[in-house]
Parts: sequence; structure tokens; C-alpha cells
Amino acid sequence: MAQGVMVVAELFNGSFKKVSLEALSKGKALADSLGESLVAVVMGAAVSEPAKELAKYGADLIVVAQDADLEGYRPCQQHNVLVDIINDKAPRMVLFGATRQGKELSANVSATLDVGLAQECLDLFIEDQKLVAKRTLFGGKIIATVDIEGDTQLATIRPNVFEITEATGAGVVEECAVNLGTVNVTLIEEKVEVSSKIELTEADYIVSGGRAMDGPDFSILENLAATLGGAVGASRNAVDAGWRPQTDQVGQTGKVVSPKLYIACGISGAMQHIAGMSTSDVIVAINNDPDALIFKTSDYSIVDDLFDVVPAITEEIKKLA
Amino acid sequence: MEILVCVKRVPDTAENEFELNSAGNDLDRDDLVYSVNEWDNYAVEEAIQIVDNVGGNVTVVTVGDDESEEVLRREMAMGANNGILLSDDAFEGADGKGIATILKAEVEKGNYDLILTGAQADEGAGQVGGMLAAMLDYPYASLVNKVEVDGDAAIKVGREIEGGNQEMNELDLPCVLSIQTGINEPRYVGIRGIRKVAKLEIPVKGASDLGLDAATVGDAAAKVKRVDYFVPDMGDGAEMLDGSTDEIIAQLIERIKSKGGLA
Ligand SMILES: Cc1cc2nc3c(=O)[nH]c(=O)nc-3n(C[C@H](O)[C@H](O)[C@H](O)COP(=O)(O)OP(=O)(O)OC[C@H]3O[C@@H](n4cnc5c(N)ncnc54)[C@H](O)[C@@H]3O)c2cc1C
Ligand SMILES: Cc1cc2nc3c(=O)[nH]c(=O)nc-3n(C[C@H](O)[C@H](O)[C@H](O)COP(=O)(O)OP(=O)(O)OC[C@H]3O[C@@H](n4cnc5c(N)ncnc54)[C@H](O)[C@@H]3O)c2cc1C
Repeated sequence: MAQGVMVVAELFNGSFKKVSLEALSKGKALADSLGESLVAVVMGAAVSEPAKELAKYGADLIVVAQDADLEGYRPCQQHNVLVDIINDKAPRMVLFGATRQGKELSANVSATLDVGLAQECLDLFIEDQKLVAKRTLFGGKIIATVDIEGDTQLATIRPNVFEITEATGAGVVEECAVNLGTVNVTLIEEKVEVSSKIELTEADYIVSGGRAMDGPDFSILENLAATLGGAVGASRNAVDAGWRPQTDQVGQTGKVVSPKLYIACGISGAMQHIAGMSTSDVIVAINNDPDALIFKTSDYSIVDDLFDVVPAITEEIKKLA
Repeated sequence: MEILVCVKRVPDTAENEFELNSAGNDLDRDDLVYSVNEWDNYAVEEAIQIVDNVGGNVTVVTVGDDESEEVLRREMAMGANNGILLSDDAFEGADGKGIATILKAEVEKGNYDLILTGAQADEGAGQVGGMLAAMLDYPYASLVNKVEVDGDAAIKVGREIEGGNQEMNELDLPCVLSIQTGINEPRYVGIRGIRKVAKLEIPVKGASDLGLDAATVGDAAAKVKRVDYFVPDMGDGAEMLDGSTDEIIAQLIERIKSKGGLA
């Protein structure tokens, strides 16, 4: 009989991703309401030390899978190991962060184990001991409620939507046997720039630029983002123009972000851009066109030249520090 | 190289104001404008470029209804050689896993070296490719932004990983890739191109042609069930901040602080 809530937690550069802690916090609340336990799973090369930290977020049991080949982004290997762990522990539900890895792993596990999965959930609750999820469709134009059926239910949660809350868990660490299974994807080259760049989907503050930047010089946005401790995003027009990499694109065909503060600079507010940022807590738009569509979705609007306003905001925020 | 590209017909989010059906569990689909899922155009373009280089055929496949034929024709006008429509009443209400199950049956009927999907479609799950690969037990890479073909045993693919970093992987063929936008520049399709493929035969296959038990796909098998839909409130619009630049910024900072947006 399936029992308990499992959360697959991801480490990046030695620390847990924020969304993993969000998933644990939500998982803890769900486990409590079921009166069942919370199990965390951590996979990587040497993870038993950092894994202990998860007791702070309510993990009763922390299953640790250690192998050099599980380190980093290794969905094929992690899939094989995770399927074994799920079969062994038989959780009622398994939560993942909706990161690249979480989305890929959950889809693979869902197919292998023939269990239901809801991706990119904005809310999760329990009815009749089963998971019910809210998720967006059609670039945010619709929010759907879906029931996940079957004995095991999977869900990935969108970053920056759920609160992180500390709780006390027994935190028993259990190292599991690792059987990597058939590995049919071979890493041949890794270009890792050791940068302090904050992952867009994890950032609390995002400053985005659009076509109005009129060239690859995004330094005024970089400065504001750095002052806030955030990241720089871009509209598709800025990406298509070659000013920013595709990985910075926010929107329907880019990343979906949900920061505390989103500052849109010289972005008109096309539906496809809105789809990627409308769930941000506070949205500020700077646009010199008073009729710009972006003002419909923002909380505060500044009708002015971004090249004047952005540096001035940066100066003021520096004074706060 | 024989390449199968999975494409989906989706409501055009830019063109449509969405309204719900009377049951409140789907869009009112009567007057919607449809197009090909944006990502799938990149996958088809990539397939055409590979075949241009190394030879072979591009087949486009979709799970849908009669009207989905139009998206197959559009992709054939781009340069895909064949189209296949998978359609059956039994497929209705399929969840992502159901769609992957149907696509798997078609893959097994053919002799494909490479299967491409888009990274994501209108329902935003980004999962059909991964599910299909897991069901076929084929190697899989998601969000691929670079493909290098040399030889017919393996393929090299690039993808973005955490923090904007890039990695290259090698996968044995046959394999499944989900293709990210920006990998190429999908070619333009004009009316003339569409006309040229208007008469080409597009086979339609149902559950029995695919050897699928209707109970394993569609509504009955779906483990994710739609309960209800709603149209979110887009908010009341922005508060316009007025005054000199200094005044505006002072107001802005005060407001963001009071909303907890600044530490
Ligand atoms: C299928 C599909 C998918 C798409 N996916 C995405 C996506 O993921 N993300 C995305 O962003 N777009 C996406 N788009 C494109 C989208 O429709 C818009 O074309 C795009 O977002 C517009 O970019 P922009 O706002 O930078 O440019 P524009 O629309 O050109 O807007 C520039 C704005 O800057 C303002 N401006 C100019 N100068 C200044 C100045 N000095 N100071 C202040 N303001 C100034 C102008 O008033 C204008 O409002 C997609 C489109 C399609 C069809
Ligand atoms: C009338 C109706 C009823 C539905 N009922 C349910 C339901 O009860 N429960 C539920 O979970 N879902 C239901 N769906 C949703 C449907 O099953 C989705 O199409 C499926 O979940 C995958 O969509 P996605 O946009 O999330 O795909 P993604 O995983 O985001 O798509 C990624 C890629 O997979 C490929 N792909 C996706 N769909 C197709 C397709 N149809 N044909 C070929 N290739 C494809 C494309 O290459 C695409 O780029 C229903 C849909 C309709 C129209």
C-alpha cells in the first residue's frame, strides 16, 4: 500500500535548489495532512553530508544515492536509480521541482511506472487522499484543475510559487544501493563557465530588456540586477536580434519565471511575453509609450525613457544598502 | 536517415480570446484559430536540414482529429516527405502518457532512426518526448539546441544545463530528442508551398491499425483528469507613477518595499 510523500531534492554546486526546499515544504504540509511521513531523495557523487540539512524542512527519512555518475545533470542514470527507490519505498506521491532535470526525470518515471504526472503545478492539495493540482495552459491564459489518479501520483512544482517553511523531521539518512542500469546517453563535453550568474527561474529579482535596448549593451540592466542580487532576462525580440542568449528569454517559448520583483524595460507586453512572467509578485514596467500593453499586467508603470529611469533606480537602491 | 517528427495542432494564443465550454472543463473550441505548435516547426526544420545533409526522409505525425491534417500539410510544405494522422474516437481524453503511447505504436510500425518532438506545446507540460523515449527504452535528450550527425550509429547533441552552461552528449540511434526554439530558423511557408502539397495522400490510422487496445489510451486510461478550467483575472492594470524622475523612483521604491519586494 502506497504511503507517504516523497520529494526529489536537487543539489547544485553543493547547495540545494530553492525550488527543492519549496517542494519539501509543500511535501511536509501534504504529509502532515495525511498523517504520513516525508521522505527526501538526494542523488549525486557525495551527498550524504549536505543531505542532512533536509531534516530542517521536515524530512523524516532522507534516502541518499551516491555515485560519481549521478552527479549533476544525469537524467538517464538518475531515472534508473529513482525508479528503484520509488519501487522500494512505494510513496503515495512524489514531488519534484519543475527544473529541467525535474521535468525530464518525472516524465520518464511516469512512463516507466505508468503513473500520472502533472507538470509545473501552481497549487497542490489533497482530496480523497489523492493529489489535485492547479496548472496553467495556453501560455497562462487558462488555469486548470486536474486530478491525478492511481496509487502513485507525480507532480513538479513551479519555482518561486510555494513558501519555504522550516519544520522538524527525524532526518534519518539511509544510503541506498545504486544500480545505474543501462546508460545510453554519454556526456562528451561540458562547457561550464564558473559564473556567479543566478539561474533565471530561481532569481528573486529579474530585470528584463526588450527591443528598446537597441543593441547588445545591457549594462544598465546588468547593473540594476546586480544591485538587487538578481538576474537579467530578455524578450524574444532581444534574443532574436542576437543581443542575449536564448537561455535568457522569458515567455511562452522561453522560461517561465515567478520572482518577487520583475522589472520589464522597453518590453511591449505581448501575450507570449506575459505568459512567462505574469505570476511574478510585483511587476514594474518602464515604457515610453503610455498605451503599451505591458501596463495592463503590471502593478506599477513608469512612462519614460528606460535609459534615464533604470540607472536612476539603480542609484536609489544602492543607497538603501 | 529516417526521421519522425511529432507535431501538434494548437490554438493560437495570440489570435484567440479564450472562452470555456459549458462544462467548464475545456476551451470552447468552436471558433478558435489553430496553428502548428511553435516548437514543432523548429523540430521539423532541424529534421529537414539533417536529411538535406545526409539523405533520408522526414515523416511528420500528429495525434488529433480530421482537422489536424492541416498542420501535417503545412509541415509537408516546409519539406517533410510524408505525413501520418493518428486519429480515433478512442484517443479522446488522452493525457500526455496516452499521447506518448499512441506515438510509440506508430514508431514501432516504422523504421525510424531518429524521433524529434518539440520541447513543449500549448499545455506547457514538456513531457511527451521523455515519456515516449522511456516507453520505447530509447536514449533521450531534452531541450536540444544543437545536433551533429556523422555516421548512422550515433548522434551528438548539445543542450543547455543549469546556469546557462552548455554540454554535448552522444546518443546511440535510434533515439528521441526534444528540440528547443532558437536551434535554427524555421523556413517560411507560403500559400504556393501549401498548394503544392494539397493533393498528397495522408494516411489516417486508428487504434486497430496501430494494434492499440482502446482501453490503454484515451479517457479510460488517463491518469490525469481535467476537473475544471478557469480564465485568470489579468489584474486591474498598473498604477501609473507620476512626477519627476526622482519622485517616481521614490514612490516606486516605497511601494515595492511595502509589498515585501525589496529586502
Ligand atoms: C509562437 C510565438 C512565441 C513567442 N514567444 C515569445 C517569448 O517566449 N517571449 C517573448 O518575449 N516574446 C515571444 N514572442 C514574441 C512576442 O509576440 C513579441 O513579438 C515580443 O515579445 C516583443 O518583444 P519586445 O517587447 O522586446 O519588442 P516590441 O514589441 O518592439 O516592444 C518594444 C517596446 O519598447 C518601448 N520602447 C522603445 N524605446 C523605449 C525607451 N527608450 N524607453 C522605454 N521604452 C521604450 C516601445 O514603446 C515598445 O513598447 C513569441 C511570438 C510567437 C508568435
Ligand atoms: C479534448 C481534449 C481532451 C483532453 N483531455 C485530457 C485529460 O483528460 N487529461 C489530460 O491530462 N490531458 C488531456 N488533454 C490534453 C492532451 O492529452 C495533451 O495534448 C497532452 O497532455 C500533451 O500536451 P502538452 O501540450 O502538454 O504536450 P508537451 O509534452 O508539452 O509536448 C511536447 C511535444 O510532444 C509532441 N506532442 C504533444 N502532443 C502531441 C500530439 N497530439 N500529436 C503529436 N505530437 C504531440 C510535440 O512534438 C510537442 O512539441 C486533452 C486534450 C484535448 C484536446
